[in-house]
Amino acid sequence: MTSAASLGVTLLAEGSIDFNVSGVIDQFWRLTVDGLTYGSIYALVAVGYTLVYGVLRLINFAHSEIFMLGMFGTYVGLELLGFAPSGNAYSQGVLLTVVYLGLAMLFGMLVSGIAAVGLERVAYRPLRRRGAKPLAFLITAIGMSFVIQEFVHYILPKIKPGLGGSNAQTGIRLVEPKVQFTFLGAQVTNVALVIFAAAIVLAVTTEIVINRTKFGRAIRAVAQDPDTATLMGVSRERVIVLTFLIGGLLAGAAAMLYTLYIPTGIIFSGGFILGIKAFSAAVLGGIGNLRGALLGGMILGVAEQYGQILFGNEWRDVVAFVLLVTVLMFRPTGILGESLGRARA
Amino acid sequence: MTDMTKTPVKNQDRHGLGDAIRDWWDGLSRPGQWAVGVPIIAVLAILPLYPPPLIDTPGVSFGGVMAQFAMYALIAIGLNVVVGQAGLLDLGYVGFYAVGAYTVGLLTSPNSPWNQTDGGWLNPSWAWLACLPIAVALTAFAGLVLGAPTLRLRGDYLAIVTLGFGEIVRLMADNLEELTNGSLGLSKIAYPQVGESEAHPGGYFSPGNLGDPDSANPLQRANNGTWWFWLGMALVVVVLLVIGNLERSRVGRSWVAIREDEDAAEIMGVPTFKFKLWAFVIGASVGGLSGAMYAGQVTYVNPKQFDIILSMLFLCAVVLGGSGNKLGVIVGAFLIAYLPMRLQSVQLVSSESTGYLLLGLDIALLVGLWLLWRWRRDALGVWVRRGVITVSILAVVFGLLLLGSVLLYRKGGAQNLGDLKYLYFGIALVVMMILRPQGLFPVRQKLLTYGRQVYQAVVRKPAAEPIGAGR
Repeated sequence: MTSAASLGVTLLAEGSIDFNVSGVIDQFWRLTVDGLTYGSIYALVAVGYTLVYGVLRLINFAHSEIFMLGMFGTYVGLELLGFAPSGNAYSQGVLLTVVYLGLAMLFGMLVSGIAAVGLERVAYRPLRRRGAKPLAFLITAIGMSFVIQEFVHYILPKIKPGLGGSNAQTGIRLVEPKVQFTFLGAQVTNVALVIFAAAIVLAVTTEIVINRTKFGRAIRAVAQDPDTATLMGVSRERVIVLTFLIGGLLAGAAAMLYTLYIPTGIIFSGGFILGIKAFSAAVLGGIGNLRGALLGGMILGVAEQYGQILFGNEWRDVVAFVLLVTVLMFRPTGILGESLGRARA
Repeated sequence: MTDMTKTPVKNQDRHGLGDAIRDWWDGLSRPGQWAVGVPIIAVLAILPLYPPPLIDTPGVSFGGVMAQFAMYALIAIGLNVVVGQAGLLDLGYVGFYAVGAYTVGLLTSPNSPWNQTDGGWLNPSWAWLACLPIAVALTAFAGLVLGAPTLRLRGDYLAIVTLGFGEIVRLMADNLEELTNGSLGLSKIAYPQVGESEAHPGGYFSPGNLGDPDSANPLQRANNGTWWFWLGMALVVVVLLVIGNLERSRVGRSWVAIREDEDAAEIMGVPTFKFKLWAFVIGASVGGLSGAMYAGQVTYVNPKQFDIILSMLFLCAVVLGGSGNKLGVIVGAFLIAYLPMRLQSVQLVSSESTGYLLLGLDIALLVGLWLLWRWRRDALGVWVRRGVITVSILAVVFGLLLLGSVLLYRKGGAQNLGDLKYLYFGIALVVMMILRPQGLFPVRQKLLTYGRQVYQAVVRKPAAEPIGAGR
């Protein structure tokens, strides 16, 4: 057995994984730009995990499906606006394109927001009423994840032909990726710029909503101490709905940005891995911590890109998982710590 | 005795059917239990030889389905140790299943660089059997490797990390192409070569043994699936005995203590980390055993077969069956192995309009029952109430199947009801968690906590006995 194990180690080291360090150094800035683009999307999805965790101490495992529904919402929205899926990109003017993108994002946000609130209403609220154990919440979330995925996989094409099913949708390309400018040798495309800008705007808005408004104060109060918050006149149920709504809206926006970046990614199983990565990002930054989620998303996105070149394309997902496991083992409170919540692990 | 006097009379009244069966079973003597158990096992064993018409799975070999059931039963028993006994939610259990299967595959498949059957130290005729303990040992080791660093985590975090582990195992099987042949997988894996003859050139267990449905001799009648089912049943019984003994030992009591309250257990002197690791290692090795069986049965493994969704399916078996109850999770395993195959050939209605009509009737029945429950609940007797609940559950299940059947008439999407298995399982999980979180066959908490002997000593003798009549 020892000889077999050592053989395995040599195979790991020499055969399948080549450590392409020079590749990372050569393409450092390109990878960073790509990583930040992905990271923006992870960050927006991660906010959904982090807010719900902060308020309910619950990993909303089905959040990835909310994101997936957002992609379909964006797609349907674009169809309703008169676009048809094709291999070529539409070329409207810049202003019109931005308007259409905004509308598509609104569609995605609408679908995801409704789905998130519905998820809370159908699955989590009855459990809360019954005072279920934390594991019951997680298992329910897995069940809802099944239901939503399989609905899109097998039922949706029956209700609206051409939508859902086993294959990915043919993408609707509104924007042709075009290099806008070169930054330290890295080419920054218009798509990356849009994603980055939109993510920053949304993140700042969320930050303001959470930290400056009455609703945000209520959310923070419930996250800190639900009982005292209730005594002070904060409606816990309303806060919970609001939390799910904000998470859902951001997931919908992220879904639209993701379809802009990867137009062929709209498929029933498209949310799962991305959801786990976004959760990893939330943990990385410190779950329950809003800024932590944003920072974690960016770090994960960049690390994934470096890892992809360093170890090879096919190890990309492994990088994210290994990062998650490492963080949980050595600093379970994440980089910035659990600011909204208390350390639990 | 004090315990007895405190028990409210109302609780006695609410004992369900499951408890009645369990009381009856507990009342039997050991030989009596064997006398009931052995015929039940025998009937189960004969079932795939003469599949009853309603239970049969047309289009799929019933023996094969039952073989899968035996493998899932092993998985469920192993996962039950981790989830049900020790209360550690493991979402990456499929990783251990994969490690077990790949161990056998790597050692016996001609596609693998580590193949030992071709002039190595394994003779093809007993290669599978020799690989079985190796697979179990390696998976136990994998459980140790995963458990040692991660078991400091609790609850949800542990769940996510194990999920990551399961996915990493699959990705490694996919990516280490020199070793595992990547997504092409490993083929021609060894299987037990027993009973080779002219009729069965590869032996009874070979995939080529399709059985002879006309033969009266059960050994000739059985196809390879049935043979694997028999082997699997034997393994299930052995594993049940081992795990059952463990549960009744200090180890089992420590698991229950950890599950109920880890901090309290630690304070009371239970070395929690050690016993959590034990649970992980034992659970993993049972999963590896099942994986080795799987590799032998299909003689082919590839990474796609060990998708993370399978992990969730295994969790379904444990949760639906009744987390913590060994026999319950076996029923759960039967549900997840059998239902998808059975549903593949189910079509409840002959036309779309009949379907809608029946669906309308079903919904009307449900509404009626709900109204009855709402307004006349207190006037109903216990048995009528139970009847109403049973009928409602059946009506809901029937309605869901009916809805699926009706939708099959529309184009696109699901081709048969089997496609909707995950949808149904998902609904079942959610409904179960809300209405009956303990599962179909709940474990009796007190029995586990106090141990059977003590529990019976306290509860079984409610009536005051004449002085001197007892022992």
